[in-house]
Amino acid sequence: MKSRSLSAYAFAYLAFLYVPVLVLPVFSFNDSQFIAFPLSGFTTRWYAGLAADTAMLHALGNSLKVGLITSLLSTLLGLTAAKAVTHYRLRGTGPALAFISLPLFIPDIVLGISLLLLLGAVGLPLSLAAVVMGHLLVCVPFALTVLIARFEGFDKNLEEASADLGENGWMTFWRVTFPLMLPGITASLLLTFITSFDEFLVAYFLSGTEATLPIYIWGQLRFPERLPMVLALGAIILTVSVALVVLAEYVRNLGVKKPMVGA
Amino acid sequence: MSYLAITNVRKSFGGTLAVDNVSLQVPRGEFFALLGPSGCGKTTLLRMIAGFETPDSGTIAIDGEVMNAVPPHLRPTNMVFQSYAIFPHLNVFDNIAYGLRKLKLPKDALRAKVEAMLATVRLEGLGGRAADQLSGGQRQRVALARALVREPKILLLDEPLGALDKRLREAMQLELRAIQRKVGITFMLVTHDQEEALSLSDRVAVMEGGRILQVASPRTLYERPESRAVADFIGEINFFHATVKSMAGETATVNAGVLGIITLPFANLAPGIKPDDHILLAIRPEHVRFSSQGVAGEIVTSTFLGERSHFHIRIPGRGETVAVSGAAPPTGALHLVFPPENLFALPVT
Amino acid sequence: MANRGRNSSQGYALLTPTLAVMALALAAPLLLMAITSLKNQSGLGFAEGWTLAHYGEVLGRASYRALFLRSVLISAAVTVVTVGLAYPMAYFVAFHTRRKFVWLVALTIPFWTSYLLRVFAWKIILGFNGVINSGLMRLHLIDQPLSFLLYNPFAVVVTLAHAWAAFAILPIYVSLEKIDRSLLEAASDLGDSALRRFLRITLPLSMPGVIGAAILIFVPTTGDFVTPQLVGGTKGTMIANLIEVQFNAVGNWPLGAALSLVGMAMVAVIAGLFVASARAATKAAR
Repeated sequence: MKSRSLSAYAFAYLAFLYVPVLVLPVFSFNDSQFIAFPLSGFTTRWYAGLAADTAMLHALGNSLKVGLITSLLSTLLGLTAAKAVTHYRLRGTGPALAFISLPLFIPDIVLGISLLLLLGAVGLPLSLAAVVMGHLLVCVPFALTVLIARFEGFDKNLEEASADLGENGWMTFWRVTFPLMLPGITASLLLTFITSFDEFLVAYFLSGTEATLPIYIWGQLRFPERLPMVLALGAIILTVSVALVVLAEYVRNLGVKKPMVGA
Repeated sequence: MSYLAITNVRKSFGGTLAVDNVSLQVPRGEFFALLGPSGCGKTTLLRMIAGFETPDSGTIAIDGEVMNAVPPHLRPTNMVFQSYAIFPHLNVFDNIAYGLRKLKLPKDALRAKVEAMLATVRLEGLGGRAADQLSGGQRQRVALARALVREPKILLLDEPLGALDKRLREAMQLELRAIQRKVGITFMLVTHDQEEALSLSDRVAVMEGGRILQVASPRTLYERPESRAVADFIGEINFFHATVKSMAGETATVNAGVLGIITLPFANLAPGIKPDDHILLAIRPEHVRFSSQGVAGEIVTSTFLGERSHFHIRIPGRGETVAVSGAAPPTGALHLVFPPENLFALPVT
Repeated sequence: MANRGRNSSQGYALLTPTLAVMALALAAPLLLMAITSLKNQSGLGFAEGWTLAHYGEVLGRASYRALFLRSVLISAAVTVVTVGLAYPMAYFVAFHTRRKFVWLVALTIPFWTSYLLRVFAWKIILGFNGVINSGLMRLHLIDQPLSFLLYNPFAVVVTLAHAWAAFAILPIYVSLEKIDRSLLEAASDLGDSALRRFLRITLPLSMPGVIGAAILIFVPTTGDFVTPQLVGGTKGTMIANLIEVQFNAVGNWPLGAALSLVGMAMVAVIAGLFVASARAATKAAR
């Protein structure tokens, strides 16, 4: 069977995906300013340098702020829209969803520029708030996708059963709807946070004087002596992102249990 | 005063009339069934009793109190949903105890109640089981226990046995009946399965097109259906066209075409039948008898079903075959006899 | 089950905030961009009056047209390479392994790193003194560093193909996974070999996923300026670089807006034609 060559291909493909990514940690511990073979020995001085880099830490703080607010807002907007679309028969559901998902099919540069123009026209300054707005555009479609999938797997009778058993609207939400939605909400929060945290193009146009972390990195890329530190930063981001994604997958699959048949 | 009084209830969805001026009285402690094909309005009616839909007009009263404005969580009814709606994030015990939270019972009393209910539905010891580890039959019983533990005035069941296989369904039917007798609560069951309705209920309402066709005990529905629709829906039946010639005192004389002139007891006529009416004469397959004299016929198909056999017989002057159920006919020329006491007359519509 | 006619007004109320935000952040700005593209440029600001001159420039200048063409070709190449490489991978996960979850997570982990750094990593790898060259020289496989690796369209295609791999794998995987296995068993029962089964059943049924992946990759890559700027050199610039320059260094916003809208329109038309012809081809092949 061609299964063996396909397996070989699969592993080769996986290598292709990981090799560039592994450049980051490998050369972040390399005791040399030049990113080339041969390796020069192990060091942690690049990581130490990072800790002292106030500009980087400031940009990191900005990214965290923007990411947190974006994830909360986009999850909230995704939640209301997902509930509206799955629980009620509304006319125009299709077009509404297509409209909300539109940013996925528009190049980020266009999104960034058009918001830049809007701010200019209205007279608002470029700022982190503007970045949040741009990130909402990018993140709401993702939040919506995750939450709609979650809502569709939700037995509508459960809320009716709760009412039938004596609980009013608020208690039903608290005892039934919310616990069952929690994994989906958590996954949406994590996904949108990571998307916002790593987003460069839109932030580049809208952030004004306050840099987010990707913008900081972009600024560093033209200085060769700073490269190993940038790699160290990248390695840290990679580790944390991986941990968060694995956590998100684990949480998302909680509570989505399939009934057993038989006996 | 009836326990459940439904008076002139109507309900439309968009342009469709789902429930058309339905009235019903159900006494306390009865096992009542709403029977009909899909789309006949039975589930809508049930949901209106539960409070999930509001009637456009008419009233629903339980134990004397009008319920129209009362939301579902305050009504003295509880429902077993078709999909069971077991809370997936709670185990069996917590599912059953869910509706008792408001009562704020002390822990021991709560536990005692839930365990008693577990015993009633024969799920003792399974309180700690997770929801996703239950079989179909077990989920059904948890749904039942959860509703019953709140001691509602009326228990509503929405096609509760539809998802179970045949053997399990029959076993659960017996259990349901036993439980109802034991707890004495009024049960209202919605089903499209006529065998289920007939075997479980004290009385059945046959519905079609949003209307109630007939309300009666299972035996009466089977033996004395009042309309063609009801007769057709329940069990198998043979129809013959006929005209009423005359009616006098205890009997009516009927011209039944190929079956000849027949005299029927008055009790076998559906209400409202008058002389000169076109009617349908109906007879169940098990009442048609083979004999050496009578209407000549020949066997078209025969099916062996164990204790009895089922035949389709062609007789002259009639396109459709006659369904006959019973022991095998004697050999030789075949004749059918239609005893008048088993013939009943229905209006043509 | 009875239809849920209940309280549609509640439903609309829930949907409104999200629609409003999207309308504000998406529709209004795009409209504004269209308006800006028609304004006159003067120094660093706008002058009075409306003009189509910018569109004239966009469509008239040969160098701009060449740039559009190159961008489309590069994005098309990226799409073909990415989807082509991803299909066997997705097929493997859908049909040849039980540990699908593990593979899917393993395949997506590389993408939860900063996009900038992934592009930069390729720059390091492909560079004159970069990882490949220094490695190959160390192994004495070459005497001189290879110069064709970086600062050209080849580098852009490789980098983007890597960056968008996950967007290809996931949709294709989903559509392969949905294929009812009993269809393949039926085909086998009716005499088809493995290859014929693939060509006659699997491939056509997975087409929606493939088309979706193609659009998902083609459209955004036309608007990327990071990759061309870092690894493209002068031979590998794309339209987004030109647009970015209008808004930063040069300050000719109307021209930038016109370029953006023309670019977007072009991409939308190409994408639309692609989807339409792909659908027609799939129908014709039945």
